[in-house]
Amino acid sequence: MKVALFVPCFINVLYPKVGIATLELLEKLGCEVVVPPDQTCCGQPMATAGCHDDAAAAEALFVDNFAGFEAIIGPSASCVQHIRKHLFAIAQTDAVKHVRAHTFELVEFVHDILAVRDFPWARLDKLIGLHNSCSALRSLDQAATSELPEQRVSKARTLLEGVAGIRFAEPKRPDECCGFGGVFSVFEEAVSVRMGQDKVADHAQAGAELIVSADTSCLMHQQGCAQRQGRSIGFAHIAQVLNGDLS
Amino acid sequence: MSRVDHAGHAREFLRDEAHRQFHDQRLWELREKRDAQSRAVPEWERLREAASAIKTHTLSQLADYLEQFEAAARANGVTVHWARDGTEHNAIVHRLLAAAGVDTLVKSKSMLMEECELRPFLEARGITVMETDLGERIQQLDKQPPSHVVVPAVHKLRGDVSEVFHHTLGTEAGCEDVPTLARAQREHTRPFYARAQAGMTGANFLVAETGAVVVCTNEGNADLSANVPPLHIVSAGIEKLIPRQADLGLFVRLLSRSALGSPITQYTSHFRAPREGGAMHIVLVDNGRSTRLKQDRFWSSLKCIRCGACMNTCPVYRRSGGLSYGAVYPGPIGAVIDPTFNLHRYSQLPYASTLNGSCTQVCPVKINLHEQIYAWRQVIAEADELPPARRRLMRVLGRTLGDPARFRAAVRIGGALRRRLPRLLLYLPLNTWGRGRELPPMPKETFQEWYRRERGRDKP
Repeated sequence: MKVALFVPCFINVLYPKVGIATLELLEKLGCEVVVPPDQTCCGQPMATAGCHDDAAAAEALFVDNFAGFEAIIGPSASCVQHIRKHLFAIAQTDAVKHVRAHTFELVEFVHDILAVRDFPWARLDKLIGLHNSCSALRSLDQAATSELPEQRVSKARTLLEGVAGIRFAEPKRPDECCGFGGVFSVFEEAVSVRMGQDKVADHAQAGAELIVSADTSCLMHQQGCAQRQGRSIGFAHIAQVLNGDLS
Repeated sequence: MSRVDHAGHAREFLRDEAHRQFHDQRLWELREKRDAQSRAVPEWERLREAASAIKTHTLSQLADYLEQFEAAARANGVTVHWARDGTEHNAIVHRLLAAAGVDTLVKSKSMLMEECELRPFLEARGITVMETDLGERIQQLDKQPPSHVVVPAVHKLRGDVSEVFHHTLGTEAGCEDVPTLARAQREHTRPFYARAQAGMTGANFLVAETGAVVVCTNEGNADLSANVPPLHIVSAGIEKLIPRQADLGLFVRLLSRSALGSPITQYTSHFRAPREGGAMHIVLVDNGRSTRLKQDRFWSSLKCIRCGACMNTCPVYRRSGGLSYGAVYPGPIGAVIDPTFNLHRYSQLPYASTLNGSCTQVCPVKINLHEQIYAWRQVIAEADELPPARRRLMRVLGRTLGDPARFRAAVRIGGALRRRLPRLLLYLPLNTWGRGRELPPMPKETFQEWYRRERGRDKP
């Protein structure tokens, strides 16, 4: 299967290892992966600030880069939900509609479309805290939330169970937001940091040695809070775990 | 009026560890009780669907239902008044009170009366107004507005209440015994029921076919306010209508389960006609509601039944306190409603959200709260209500991210600065991110650089 890899701007610049792990994982799973070189950002940072005019150029560029592909895979639920649900700063041409309908978050692509469950090359003997981002939970419906009575298994957890040795910590508020929230993290700095500290503390009291998420933005924020507090807990993107980087 | 600085107020709130912890935990417990209650009702999600549909239907034919309600209420012997806004509402209420020679009024909890600023209006005209809901009374004694639509004093610790009561009701200094404090308040308040010549209540629901006003409380104070004095005045927003008595059960099942995680409020009181020898008036208030009804993206906020579930679940509300919103309605529903009253003043409130969507999932009438919060940000930016520095930041960011060449140049410059600047300079106060967090790592090469190096066209 030929797929295009969407590496969100901050992953490209700050977390290249997450991009590499995603690329290698997709290749291990039999995909032919193309990386459009001129990609930058999906437009979300400006759009969540309300500035759709300022998001238009990035959104148009995104569509130019990816319109020629049948599957566009990004390791970030937050960016993917922006493409799918909020890419409306630009005219809704056929190309735009195509891109919005064919962009997938890594976990849902591996879980739903490739339907892979085993990652025999990976092993992780750790108690991990799984952080499902709010975009993954309440926008992309990748897991049941505590608000709704519906029972549904987390797609991320199902995939991680295919890695030998992994055990799961059970935090008290598993789906409470960690407080990143894009512009929220700086517009509402004090509340954002407090939420991040609370999130990390909840995982720590549950015994988690490593917080794993499909959203690097949440991890970046939580890691920043944890480091400032001098906590020793680790952080990893789910692609790094599934690719066996931490084995 | 200047912008409410929610972020600044929140920072203040977070400085006090005891209050922060209690507030977050207390409201989280309400959320958990609500979860348990909703799971005990197998048809919970169908109830939400039905409640949303009934409200949507009613709002789509609001004028007709309002006229039906007015006719039914009149037939019951109730006088119905119409108020375009808070000013008209207050004038009507004052006229009724003045005509009856009222100098003392008892009232139960009503967010609409807060919205109209009725209490200060009447007090300025020599009328004593007694709040009879315990939480509201605490807030009245402390000269603060309610911080939550259902639990108005939830931001206060027991010690805070003790201090307020000591200074205002003369309870013993340092007394934190709840029954003692409650008794002191009750002994102080009760005589007012007998003394007052008028009582006011809000309304949780107005039933169009019967003309009935339904009020849900846990303290029975609305019943005393309505039934002891000879004159009963109801203030109700025009969105409170439901078509039929038969629709009521659905909303009663949802309301208290969502609000407090209890199956039902202690009292669900139906007021339909004046008591013998008494008078009953209903003031139907618009105050911006019919304008809101015309707004494509925001009209459905009128479905709200004021349960407060969105506040209880909101991680930002729990960590900033209701007063930090500087508005009648705090939390997610506030961020959606408040800008309709004054866009400039409340332009920061839609940014007091991470857009996590939990509010939307607990809302018993399925208001898409987080999507409306998102949409308000667009309205605010387009109305030029973003602070100029933020607007400029987004311009620069948009231009950089919209152009691959500019993006690469910015990454090079940013990377060099990040690697060379000493920590002291990196964490200047200008760096909002770095106040309470470390900056992310700065790797030697970007993913795209790695990819070109490792997988470039010349490579096999």
